[in-house]
Amino acid sequence: MAPVSRTRDRPAFWSLRNFSYQAYRLKNRPELIIGVLALVFLGFVVMVPLLQIIKEAFTFQRYDLAYQPDGNVGGFTLLHFDRVFFQPISKALFFKPLINSLMMGVAVTAIALVVGFSLAWLMVRTNVHFKGTFGAMLVFPYMMPSWVMALAWLSLFKNDRIGGSEGLLTYMTGTQVPDWVAYGYLPIVFTLAMHYYAYAYLLISGALATVDSELEEAGATSGMGKWKRIRVITMPLLMPAIGSAIVLTFIRILGTFGTPALLGMPVRFFTFSTQIYASINARNQGDAYILALVLIVLAVSFIWINSRIIGVRKSYVTMTGKGFRKHESDLGKWRWPAAIIVILFLCITVALPLILLLWESLTLIPGNYSLSNLTSYFWAGQGNMQLAYGEPGVIHNRGILEALGNSIKLGFAAALFNGALGLLVGYAVVRGRGARLSRWLEAIAFAPYIFPSIALGAIYIGMFSTNIGPIPALYGTFTILILITVIKNLPFTSRTGIAAMLQIHQSLEETARVQGIGWFRRMFRIIIPLSMSGLVAGMLLTFITAMRELSLIILLISPGNNVLTGLIFGYQEQDMAQHSAAVTLMLVMFIILISVIVRLMSRRAGVGKLSVV
Amino acid sequence: MGQIRLDGIVKSYGKEVVVKNLDLTVQPGEFLTILGPSGCGKTTTLRMIAGLEEPDEGNIQLGDRMVFSRSDGVVIPPEARGLGLIFQSYALWPHMTVARNITLALKEKKLSKTEIAARLENALDLVQLTGYAERYPSELSGGQQQRVAVARLIALRPSILLMDEPLSNLDAKLRTEMRASLKRLHRDLKATTVYVTHDQIEALTLSDRVIIMNEGKIMQEGTPFEIYHHPANIFVAEFIGDPGINLFHGVTKNSTLDCGDITVPLPENLASADRRLIAAIRPEKVLVSETEKPGWQKVSTEILQPTGADTILQVRIGETSITLLQPGFITLAEGSKLWINFAPDSISFFDPETQDNLRSTAD
Ligand SMILES: Nc1ncnc2c1ncn2[C@@H]1O[C@H](COP(=O)(O)OP(=O)(O)OP(=O)(O)O)[C@@H](O)[C@H]1O
Ligand SMILES: [Mg+2]
Repeated sequence: MAPVSRTRDRPAFWSLRNFSYQAYRLKNRPELIIGVLALVFLGFVVMVPLLQIIKEAFTFQRYDLAYQPDGNVGGFTLLHFDRVFFQPISKALFFKPLINSLMMGVAVTAIALVVGFSLAWLMVRTNVHFKGTFGAMLVFPYMMPSWVMALAWLSLFKNDRIGGSEGLLTYMTGTQVPDWVAYGYLPIVFTLAMHYYAYAYLLISGALATVDSELEEAGATSGMGKWKRIRVITMPLLMPAIGSAIVLTFIRILGTFGTPALLGMPVRFFTFSTQIYASINARNQGDAYILALVLIVLAVSFIWINSRIIGVRKSYVTMTGKGFRKHESDLGKWRWPAAIIVILFLCITVALPLILLLWESLTLIPGNYSLSNLTSYFWAGQGNMQLAYGEPGVIHNRGILEALGNSIKLGFAAALFNGALGLLVGYAVVRGRGARLSRWLEAIAFAPYIFPSIALGAIYIGMFSTNIGPIPALYGTFTILILITVIKNLPFTSRTGIAAMLQIHQSLEETARVQGIGWFRRMFRIIIPLSMSGLVAGMLLTFITAMRELSLIILLISPGNNVLTGLIFGYQEQDMAQHSAAVTLMLVMFIILISVIVRLMSRRAGVGKLSVV
Repeated sequence: MGQIRLDGIVKSYGKEVVVKNLDLTVQPGEFLTILGPSGCGKTTTLRMIAGLEEPDEGNIQLGDRMVFSRSDGVVIPPEARGLGLIFQSYALWPHMTVARNITLALKEKKLSKTEIAARLENALDLVQLTGYAERYPSELSGGQQQRVAVARLIALRPSILLMDEPLSNLDAKLRTEMRASLKRLHRDLKATTVYVTHDQIEALTLSDRVIIMNEGKIMQEGTPFEIYHHPANIFVAEFIGDPGINLFHGVTKNSTLDCGDITVPLPENLASADRRLIAAIRPEKVLVSETEKPGWQKVSTEILQPTGADTILQVRIGETSITLLQPGFITLAEGSKLWINFAPDSISFFDPETQDNLRSTAD
């Protein structure tokens, strides 16, 4: 046996030996390779676009020649900046949308929080009737696009303001609904709140369920009164969940497009999101970029202020699995009234919109809700030039069926890529814990959270309208829809991935390594099977979000890559109410159907067998 | 084949140096135990041998293959080191049956189906788990899970075995049983074994050789006998033995060490005036009498702890407390008088400055 040389000196940095050492090391630590690749990829798709639109916002564009014919195309300019903030047009372009967005955000967040909190309390902490059924129904809005309520609102209250048909109320009473009821601030806030309460409900009920046992112990030993216990113990423990519900709702409201577009634009009530859309349609991208940047700054400062007030560093916990129910207080004679209130609430937020849409989709002449006017034409008609510009019914409509295919494709592709990316990010972050790479990766995977959807869409137009190096211009392709959906959902899936990976003790992988099992086998035989249940849940959520998303992709869709949500919005813009109602119903049906199938299949696959030793 | 050689290994986490310039050779077929208090770097050392951690400095050789060398730029990943490792947590894959747990690595090695089946059967047989092949780990007791982990190793037939506190999750009775079966396993496989523990009974009963580690450094290496009877320094003397060794600080006076309340006889080579020394004597080496004897020192009993076969006695003389260990189940009234004495050749002496042993006991 050769004697071991006792050289203690490290080889010089540039030496071949050091190079071989570093190369061996890297090969030895797959999490480093994955981490670096993920960091580069995410840096490219998250950070570069941001820098890109900052640059574009201050660059003189060809279309700016219309305003300043002697401008230097491609040179630095403050033109957009000046227009958005300091010109007479700024009032319409910036200040009004700012005030509208903030007022809308605050009001919706407040209502959603109160409603979500009350429901969570009822469901977790009391013995209200029909808990199981309610629990399943209350998350229903989560499966629907946020603007379904807005569509329903229109079928109910639409007036003659924008021409075309009128709503059910006008049909029944014969009087016109005033504008402030039919359109604008009030209906927007109401319909959004009736959707976004579901987020607050999910977050807070999860937290409440886990707070329970701690509360019980503390309460039993200290003899505190009920209200004092709630104030001193429960509320502080709930604060992180409440904080994240506030942040989540507010940022989503800032970035939401569908509802303000449907209920606001007809009366020229603009929010940031609709103003960005309008600016881009008017080919004033520069203005839109500046507005998108303002939106991002707003979101970031809101997160900052919120975490200051709530006093928790992590005021953005994401949804966790449901806990256990204990410590229910007896509602006594209020058991039935409480249940009836919840039933009414569910009728308004879930049943009524769907029924209204169904009815609407079955009317031959829009606005006529009599039984004699019912038809199945918009579902099964072959196409008739007298009706709806000759657009055939849903099941014969190639455009609709193609968009349906695209939506499902988008949902599956996003879920698959998100699952894979979440898994890899989780793997690299958890295995590399403590190193700088791990922290950076975690931070950048979370970054898309602070981009309101519409702003992220604007960023992506800026980035991918021309080719960057080897990457072709992605604008108008299906790839860009998948990419942006994956990126927008990444904060959530990477958290799922990290949580799943933390559950798998590292010795389970290490023991395989020592036994000579290579990385790919370890992933497919050990890591993936063990994190499957968490991953499937995360992927299902991505699927649902991708299918119902509009705000994120509205700026990026074109006839070539249209999905159902975009199609619905198009029908609505052309005042084809029955088509938009029918397609919306179909979308919701598919989302529910596929989630049920996935749930059943993952249960069948025996996920219950996996108890982590 | 089978030799392990560590050479100048240094490992730190951030600023904290966890393993300090460690040299270690394990002979082929040897059973070596690394024993030390919690946090002394045992697991880290083992993981560096396995390749799961990278040293900052030094070389590691397995057999005649260099698997790590900072200076030569060699890092062989754990997958290619071909050794076996048992974790404290057993690390069984919870989603696989016992059979799949054992055969997964064999399939990776592309062994033939018949070979795999034969090895599986043989391994289950050796750990007495025949018939459990289709169970999931969660359907087994702790001891059975531990045996599956062992069977997984047996089936792979590595020439080097590493074990990190494999018995610490078991209850006392099962531990004694498993100790015997690990010893048998070592004998059957004839593999070079490095065993990490902080349980000195395991170390003393299982090993050919023991290494005592503290704060990332080797305090002593030797056979269990040497470690117990000839501790190289105060740390080892105090660490080994339960109940713990008695230490008396004193000053030499002619041929005795004056420790205040008691005096200890000195060997000739240490007899000098006014030197500070520490005397150490194991509880079972103290001579005890129930009747007065000339030259013996009178003590009073404070606490009695019969453990069944033996009795631990806590006695006091003046301010000094002394631990004794006597065979048998002793019942004595608290405060009863006893007389004790020290046989000169059962005492160790340590230098208070260097902490080193000045003269080993000859037993
Ligand atoms: N990944 C790590 N990062 C930072 N410090 C570590 C890491 N692993 C171990 N350490 C530190 O290194 C020291 C030695 O740890 P090691 O696990 O080797 O101890 P041990 O001797 O096996 O202890 P025990 O008997 O408790 O298992 C400890 O102080 C520990 O805190
Ligand atoms: Mg350890």
